[in-house]
Amino acid sequence: MPRIRVEVDGATYEDDVEPRLLLVQYLRERLGKVGTPVGCDTSNCGACTVLMDGMSVKSCSVLAVQADGHDVTTVEGLGVDGGTHPMQRAFHEEHALQCGYCTPGMIMASLDLLRDNPDPSEDEVREGLEGNLCRCTGYQNIVKAVRRAASDMREPGRQEVTP
Amino acid sequence: MTVQEVGTPRKRSEDARLITGRTRWTDNMTPAGTLHVAFLRSPFAHARITGVATAPAKERPGVVAVFSGQDFAAEQGSLPCAWVVTEDMKHPAHPPMAVDEVRYVGEPVACVVARDKAAAIDALEEIDVDYEPLSAVVDMEAAIADGADLVHEDLGTNKSYTWVFENGDLDAAMRDAPVVLERRFVQQRLIPTAMEPRSVLCVPEGDEFTLYSATQIPHILRLMLATVTEIPEHRIRVVAPDVGGGFGSKLQVYGEEVLALLLARRLGRPVKWTETRSEGNMTVHHGRDQIQRLTLAAERDGRIRGLKVELLADMGAYLMLVTPGIPLLGAFMFNGIYKMDALSFTCTGVFTTKTPTDAYRGAGRPEATFAIERMMDELAHELGIDPIEVRRRNWIAHEEFPYETIAGLTYDTGNYEAATDKALELFEYDKLRAEQADRRERRDPVQLGIGVSTFTEMCGLAPSRVLGSLSYGAGGWEHASVRVLPSGKVEVVTGSSPHGQGHATAWAQITADRLGVPFEDVKVLHGDTAISPKGMDTYGSRSLTVGGVALFSACEKVVDKARKVAAHLLEASEQDLEFSGGRFSVRGVQEEGKTIQEVALAAFAAHDLPDGIEPSLDSDATFDPENFSFPHGTHLCAAEVDTETGMVKLRKYVAVDDVGKVVNPLIVEGQVHGGLAQGIAQALYEEAVYDADGNLTTTTMADYLVPSAADLPTFTTDRTETPATSNPMGVKGVGEAGTIASTPAVVNAIVDALRPYGVHDVRMPCTPERVWRAMRAEEKPAAAEPGAGGGLGSAGGDQ
Ligand code: FES
Ligand code: FES
Repeated sequence: MPRIRVEVDGATYEDDVEPRLLLVQYLRERLGKVGTPVGCDTSNCGACTVLMDGMSVKSCSVLAVQADGHDVTTVEGLGVDGGTHPMQRAFHEEHALQCGYCTPGMIMASLDLLRDNPDPSEDEVREGLEGNLCRCTGYQNIVKAVRRAASDMREPGRQEVTP
Repeated sequence: MTVQEVGTPRKRSEDARLITGRTRWTDNMTPAGTLHVAFLRSPFAHARITGVATAPAKERPGVVAVFSGQDFAAEQGSLPCAWVVTEDMKHPAHPPMAVDEVRYVGEPVACVVARDKAAAIDALEEIDVDYEPLSAVVDMEAAIADGADLVHEDLGTNKSYTWVFENGDLDAAMRDAPVVLERRFVQQRLIPTAMEPRSVLCVPEGDEFTLYSATQIPHILRLMLATVTEIPEHRIRVVAPDVGGGFGSKLQVYGEEVLALLLARRLGRPVKWTETRSEGNMTVHHGRDQIQRLTLAAERDGRIRGLKVELLADMGAYLMLVTPGIPLLGAFMFNGIYKMDALSFTCTGVFTTKTPTDAYRGAGRPEATFAIERMMDELAHELGIDPIEVRRRNWIAHEEFPYETIAGLTYDTGNYEAATDKALELFEYDKLRAEQADRRERRDPVQLGIGVSTFTEMCGLAPSRVLGSLSYGAGGWEHASVRVLPSGKVEVVTGSSPHGQGHATAWAQITADRLGVPFEDVKVLHGDTAISPKGMDTYGSRSLTVGGVALFSACEKVVDKARKVAAHLLEASEQDLEFSGGRFSVRGVQEEGKTIQEVALAAFAAHDLPDGIEPSLDSDATFDPENFSFPHGTHLCAAEVDTETGMVKLRKYVAVDDVGKVVNPLIVEGQVHGGLAQGIAQALYEEAVYDADGNLTTTTMADYLVPSAADLPTFTTDRTETPATSNPMGVKGVGEAGTIASTPAVVNAIVDALRPYGVHDVRMPCTPERVWRAMRAEEKPAAAEPGAGGGLGSAGGDQ
């Protein structure tokens, strides 16, 4: 079994993993990072989105071995000192979640979106989140939340696009 | 002074754990020693099982046990159907795991229990099942034709039931009517697609079991599990932890839940099963799936005389918890908000070799609303009257409420005028009509269509006596209890069971106001039969209208009791006490008083209570509504239809809803947005498709098109507020309104855009291909389907 070394939410892990093990399974089943859920088996829903070296990936479409040597951030690693990240706060402020199942993936995908485009238009947010499905919100408040977070994060002293 | 909570757009308290990933989805829980279950599912729509060889699978590493349906035949019982709609309804046995015959693709045939999920799934391949294929029965109309192959041989028919409702003299209404329109609409089959897949974990402890399930109905599930398995009810505890959406699909007693319980009993260890999306699409109950034939008779001025509705409703292969009742919920809504002299409704439930259908957001009402709102547009077109005007001429006027409808319901309140006027203004109706005329004039390849839907629905399921009269197996009340803790903090228990609706916030707002305590001091408990002893759970927009009102009553009882204690402590008479801002004071002597927290402590200490008063400050209440509630509204949609490509783009969507009194405007708005997305998805994107052999071809999210953010417009939403009179809070319910209203608004807009091309209908979902074909087919005359009165539903042979 291959041995991998990954940094997840600030801690380093070394594990032997089966080659077929998906990153999302590794996170959930081996590391107990259950904050990242699974919504599909075809890489369509985006529920499992995490950041790998700051870029969003659907962790159900990445093998754990591919994460070897990389830095992974899940929703559980956002925010510092027990606080929450501006993106998390914006989702709360704008009522951008209902059941919350899509939320971790939405938050992670949105962070990547803002990395490329710190001031997206409404259409740009909609297109940027095309790979993340939500069944509850109709997306309107998610779009609002991302734009609010973008504006909060552009303020001086709040440049924390990635945690 | 405490702030008024009810009516305030308070941010949700449940968000904190959801945005940080500290959630309790069922699949997040894996107690030590948990075994994982995987199911082998039928690849055939219909086949006889002649043998199941499980031995090689048992040899696989990590495998603990393998069972076929036969192994559980004696104890697995039959999955329940709680709604026997007619005395002679055909109701076949429905084993959780198939024993000798499979009747839809995906039906479980065997299962593997293993150390981990991967081992369980791997071992499935080693199970050998001998099937003798039988004929698939896919098409409802063919299923009820003479000589059709049978889904259940022993029933001798594919008809489960025929249910009839008639009021008024329809023949008279139809006779000599100057306008008679006949139309056929297809309500395609949908997959509810909650984002959280189903998951169940059963933890045994001796002869007692705790079953965690991603369910909407922990209370009903417990009772049904006890009934099906004969494990006594008090030895089963059902917990619905965080549940990631339901939309009706988790209002069910699934075979996997029964089997998890039986496996945990047999093996004495925790067992867990979580579906993959692909198996979920095959096995979560589906929604809608009706063929509707309507005949509407009207005067030339547009006034409706009568309506005849004939439905075929696809039950799928078996009757599940409320399968047969779903189309009946629509029976009372086909007349919409309109007055008419006669109504006749006939529904035939049909068995096919497909996944069973059951409740999906709106359950019966979207189907009915779609039909009547499409008919109103057809009527408007036929008469050359504006579609809004036709509706005005028929709807119940504000001063006519309460109004007894032709379907036998009493609509307590409503103000269709106000909602419509507001919507027209927000929409800029006249301006868009002018643009439409201009585009028509110019023969613009992108045509503009305007769709309207003035709807009502029935919420607050349900008055128990009404359910009784419809032969439903239980009542429709809800329960709540309130306990003021010795420290003055408050715990509230509700029998409703949320899965994204925000009960923890809304219920705390109600409690804070009634008891005059800070919002933060209230904790809402739910979804665990050991904590919440009684309940009827969450579906049909009943939580607030029934459960919230139960809580309201329980709070009143607490205040009544507290008043007695306070009066005693203050040595005043009860009548002299005022209660305001959480404090009892003697009228006119403001400084003399006791806060409810002080009273709670005194009631806890119980040193000095009035005679006959029991210690502690708590109470419980049930609420059984006298009537349904009737949210209503007007939705307007402007769609741009590219006549060259068939592409539809929603340009503007305005929804003005009247959901009565609002507890939390933020939550209401969110519910409307989500509802709109689902209704629009039915109009434009989603359909569960079966091939001729009964294979579901939309098993994944790549094939079954749930819309993304990029597919939907920004909605304009607003409200009017006509309080319900059927409950003391004046609330009506909001969860389903958006879904119910939006589907016809969108399709009406598309058809409106294409009227100049002779198009009178486009079958849902209105994909570019269907739109394009509808235009081409209609260009040639006589493309109409026989009996469809205008080429409806299947232009270009598009099925
Ligand atoms: S679970 Fe990874 S995209 Fe759906
Ligand atoms: S909030 Fe439920 S799926 Fe997005």
